[in-house]
Amino acid sequence: MSSRREWLVILGRAARSPRGAVGLVLSGLVVALAIVGPFVAPYSPTQTVTATFATPSGAFPLGSDVLGRDVLSRTLAGGWELLAVAAAATILGVSLGVILGISAAYLGRYTDGLIMRIVDIFLAFPQLVFALLLVSVVGPKIWLIIVAVGISHAPQVARVLRSVALEVCERDFVKAVELMDTPAPKVMFGEVLPNLLSVVMVELGLRFTYSILIIAGMSFLGFGIQPPAANWGLMIQENRIGLVVNPWAVIAPTALIAILTIGLNTFTDAVARASLGVDRPADEVAATAGIALETSA
Amino acid sequence: MSAAAQPPLGVSGATRRRGLPWRRRHPIAHMAIVRLALGVVTLFAVSVLIFLATQALPGNAAYAVLGHSATPQRLHALEAQLHLNESLVAQYGHWIGGVLRGDFGTSLANGESVSALIGPRIVNSAVLVFLAGIIGSLLATAMGLIAAARRDGWFDHVSSVGALTVTAMPEFVVGIAVVIIFAINVFHLFPAVSVIPPGTSPLSNVSLLVLPVLTLSVVIAPYIFRMMRAAMIEALESDYVEMAELKGLSRRRILLVHALPNALPPVIQVIGLNLLYLAGGIVVVEYIFNYPGLGAALVAAVSDRDIPTIQFLVLMLAAFYVAVNIVTDMLALWASPRRRAAR
Repeated sequence: MSSRREWLVILGRAARSPRGAVGLVLSGLVVALAIVGPFVAPYSPTQTVTATFATPSGAFPLGSDVLGRDVLSRTLAGGWELLAVAAAATILGVSLGVILGISAAYLGRYTDGLIMRIVDIFLAFPQLVFALLLVSVVGPKIWLIIVAVGISHAPQVARVLRSVALEVCERDFVKAVELMDTPAPKVMFGEVLPNLLSVVMVELGLRFTYSILIIAGMSFLGFGIQPPAANWGLMIQENRIGLVVNPWAVIAPTALIAILTIGLNTFTDAVARASLGVDRPADEVAATAGIALETSA
Repeated sequence: MSAAAQPPLGVSGATRRRGLPWRRRHPIAHMAIVRLALGVVTLFAVSVLIFLATQALPGNAAYAVLGHSATPQRLHALEAQLHLNESLVAQYGHWIGGVLRGDFGTSLANGESVSALIGPRIVNSAVLVFLAGIIGSLLATAMGLIAAARRDGWFDHVSSVGALTVTAMPEFVVGIAVVIIFAINVFHLFPAVSVIPPGTSPLSNVSLLVLPVLTLSVVIAPYIFRMMRAAMIEALESDYVEMAELKGLSRRRILLVHALPNALPPVIQVIGLNLLYLAGGIVVVEYIFNYPGLGAALVAAVSDRDIPTIQFLVLMLAAFYVAVNIVTDMLALWASPRRRAAR
């Protein structure tokens, strides 16, 4: 089966396109900074080292924050947790969505109807609102944020996967495997899924971008990873009152989140073009097919 | 594609239509009734889900509200007020019964009724969503039209790169950028916070509305722009536009009369999706600007663990979502030359 190499080919083609290269470099820089950052931070990200909202100087290149902590150190230390939580939520959400979508398409009939009605119910919640709802009683726990964001991705992924899987399920090779009495799960995930890898890759990219959006947004609202740990969303929120004095405490994390989402989105776009063989962005193709991709956050 | 798009013509068409069942003669009305019924069912299921998430998840709501210092007496009193000592079904019955009678419960944060707390905020949020929706979609649609009409021109390149940059950027990033540029650090044109005194209309002080509306418009515009551009390009490459060109029609007439109507339905769908997006977007944007609407109220209620208020607000946002979905699908059907015809 060549599918294992196929996704590498698509990624390679995407990375060589000008658009994909720009996206890869932008997001790669931010991811590298988030991973290496905690080890090279000059100060402790949680300790007060100078006056509050000090302007940039030689010792503190980005100045200090609301509690007199070094902004550069907090920026360097505050990314990896966001990325890890977003990655976990993405994998959970896309896996759930893939299982639901392919099951609906392959099993059809009542299963299809049931799954898609449940999907419709979950789609009625804006993603951020759904996450806030779950966090409101239990409190902002990391596992809960992962579960909440993952579940909120699943219905949208399921819709996309169902629409593309319907066509694959009708192909001759699937019918042939069915004649050999292959059990349904084996047909769905051994035969149908490998033909949908490019769609799954695009979904992973899109949902990862949205995960970062929602999780950073929750930290920004004060319901994410809890203080005093450094976190880009939280940094923006707690240093807003000092914008007049030391804007860098806000600009640094804001710019990193912006560059990350621009890069990821651009690269996902390139992957979609490389795999679908169309010269149109992923969200437009999906929108034409009547699929709701944009209804996130 | 376009030949089949024409509605049945003349007398023969009219008689054929009369012979069709009702749902085929009035596709839009039929769809409205079906979708409304489905919407009510969806909202019912949504209410069950909201209820389960807030009252049945592990973690006692009364304990969550009162915190570690709660005395057993206060805990019991609050449990009784929230009906936590009854069965889950009875608890749900209390809540949904109240909602159907227009009694949305009492806020745990200040003891006021939830409807008194939320009433004025609904208007404020509606003004925000309405203005951002209109401005964002009109601007994006016009830009998409121009970009498609002068494909590969400078405007097309600049706006396409701009749209790709802003797409998928979080609302708070756009909001903070807007505050830095227009309120605090670069220019000092508009206030950075939009505190509207209770009892006054948000429209009475327009300068307070500028930045929140700008933020939300910028957030929704890129998708609409990209869709409009793609749909217009597709329409302009079609056979019927080539036909119109060969007939020697003016470029303006081809764009606005021949291509635009066929490009609009998918764009209306995307505009609808982005209005839905606003239901979530107002949460962050109202919080940034301290704008007294439903989104800011939700953030406050979540940090106070004010469960009756949270339940009501989430139900409201879901109802908005379901309603916009129905209206969008109907508008798209109505605007589509192809689908409007009885088949």
